[in-house]
Amino acid sequence: MIAPPPSGPVPYERGLALGLLEDMLRIRRLEEKSAELYGAGKIRGFLHLYVGEEAVAAGAIRALEPEDNVVATYREHGHALLRGMPMEAIMAEMYGKREGCSRGRGGSMHLFDARTRLYGGNAIVGGGLPLAVGLALADGMRGTRRVTACFFGDGAVAEGAFHESMNLAALWKLPVLFCCENNLYAMGTALSRSESQVDLCVKAASYSMATLKVDGQDVVAVHEAVKRAVQQVRGGGGPLFVEFQTYRFRAHSMFDAELYRDKREVEEWKTRGPLHTYSARLKAEGKLSEDEFLALDAKTGAEVERAVAFAEAGTWEPVEDLARDVHTEEPAA
Amino acid sequence: MKLSYREAMRQALHDALSRDPRVFLMGEDIGRYGGTYAVTKGLIDEFGSERIRDTPLSELGFVGAGIGAALGGMRPIVEVMTVNFSLLALDQIVNTAALFHHMSGGQFSVPLVLRMATGAGRQVAAQHSHSFENWYAHVPGIKVLAPATVEDARGMLAAALADPDPVVIFEHVQLYNLQEELAHDTAVDIASAKVRRPGSGVSLITYGGCLPKTLAAAQQLADEGIDAEVLDLRVLRPLDTQAIVASVRKCRRAVVIDEGWRSGSLAAEIMARIVEHAFYDLDAPLARVCSEEVPMPYARHLEEAALPQAQKIVAAVKAMLGTGAP
Repeated sequence: MIAPPPSGPVPYERGLALGLLEDMLRIRRLEEKSAELYGAGKIRGFLHLYVGEEAVAAGAIRALEPEDNVVATYREHGHALLRGMPMEAIMAEMYGKREGCSRGRGGSMHLFDARTRLYGGNAIVGGGLPLAVGLALADGMRGTRRVTACFFGDGAVAEGAFHESMNLAALWKLPVLFCCENNLYAMGTALSRSESQVDLCVKAASYSMATLKVDGQDVVAVHEAVKRAVQQVRGGGGPLFVEFQTYRFRAHSMFDAELYRDKREVEEWKTRGPLHTYSARLKAEGKLSEDEFLALDAKTGAEVERAVAFAEAGTWEPVEDLARDVHTEEPAA
Repeated sequence: MKLSYREAMRQALHDALSRDPRVFLMGEDIGRYGGTYAVTKGLIDEFGSERIRDTPLSELGFVGAGIGAALGGMRPIVEVMTVNFSLLALDQIVNTAALFHHMSGGQFSVPLVLRMATGAGRQVAAQHSHSFENWYAHVPGIKVLAPATVEDARGMLAAALADPDPVVIFEHVQLYNLQEELAHDTAVDIASAKVRRPGSGVSLITYGGCLPKTLAAAQQLADEGIDAEVLDLRVLRPLDTQAIVASVRKCRRAVVIDEGWRSGSLAAEIMARIVEHAFYDLDAPLARVCSEEVPMPYARHLEEAALPQAQKIVAAVKAMLGTGAP
């Protein structure tokens, strides 16, 4: 049995309340369009959608400061977008165009943005965790009061990289916020079929790390938890592990026939959808009207169309430039 | 002044730590213990445990942390005790360090220096005697260095630190006690191969721990009237093809000496380049002296038999010249 849908008051002024909704909506509309474009052959390779999990990125990223670091996975369109990467650059990258954030070298799984301190886009499960530890180590040694938020899925907890990183971060009391997006499946393998201990907070706690377990379908719960967590980490309290209990409504990637989970389970979880439950709460409180929702949706739709037009108009990197960016051209300062 | 390879490396680390506050060392037993090969001995007393940072046995974790720290503005020098244990960190080295600049469309660079001991010859058996320089030299995005002289042990680190991209330095375990005269100026490049002994009869191309063996072979050949040139590759990625070709053109014969296993070895790559660029300059088929294709045995006589030795190099040259025993 899954928990009832998120409910209760939204304790925010209108700007933040609607901002969180807009954040989730932007991810949703971007990804729905991406799936369509995948079907049309415009986007190729792997495409991992975040549909159903939007409340995690929305609630968490709004709790970060611009100077904080973000390390993400191959399911990172939402994180990149909400960190401030233009939707145009994301879409162009998925098209493989030179106007994309990585000049078409990365694609969907490797979105990077130096300006917003987004360090990828890492498509090796658990691969981003040691990196986050190192970024935080650098900040610790340089005396910068910066938090490194590291997103990863439940699949990563089976990797050695997870355990080594937990230990290092806790041992050295580094300012890392470990954000585990537990969507219950490591690709097609349920957590209960792959882990002897399915309570992920217990694993993190064994490294003497503070932990939080949060309803990842409830953007308010996510935002409140991450605000507290960030404050603690920034204050020098060492790393913190947050488990967001969430669910992926769509397939793992575009190649996944979803034979490993019951359709009823998916339908049940959809009753806990982060977008419709949150907009219902806003409406119940009189913070959102249907017209306002439609206007917001239209605005988001227009942004997606602009991104598609930008990607369509984009150019291909000349093949003569194939070998660029293998090594850095200018010496580091 | 005579200096050991170990002390040269230690001085290079000391210099780097003194010159740049962004430089720090991280690795297993480098601090309190003083380094498995005593390269970092005493540094913790002078620079403290923040900058001479002992790590748990988590090669994947602390190599990845080194990558992150490099991205975060530091200049980490990460010591993976030996190449044998670097296999546990291979994912971070290949999938993160080497690819980051490219995957990010040039937005990020990873100025990381990785040091590791390599090679056999100390009777430490199969799991502790690997020579995987070729694995790393296979990967675009990283540079691979093999200092084989005291001068390079002293000078290559500074050049590696000045490089904006990941650099892997292989220190052969048999070289740490090597003693050589060192000139005052220790600046070296990390782009070129170097002729360690000029000659004209046969080019002996090698790197790392095989350099002293190759020089000994060249001396023995000279005593028998064969004038061998010894080319030290120094940099294994990118390879200095020009220097290889120049030496082969001059000598018209070449033997490649490489401690790696023969199949898929660096020696194979070097021979391929010679064939591509200097085939018609050759007076004889190429030859190579590599490790025998067996896991490294413990017993001394078996280990010696498995490794390239001066006698094997001499024999290979004589066979090529048709002057040796059949």
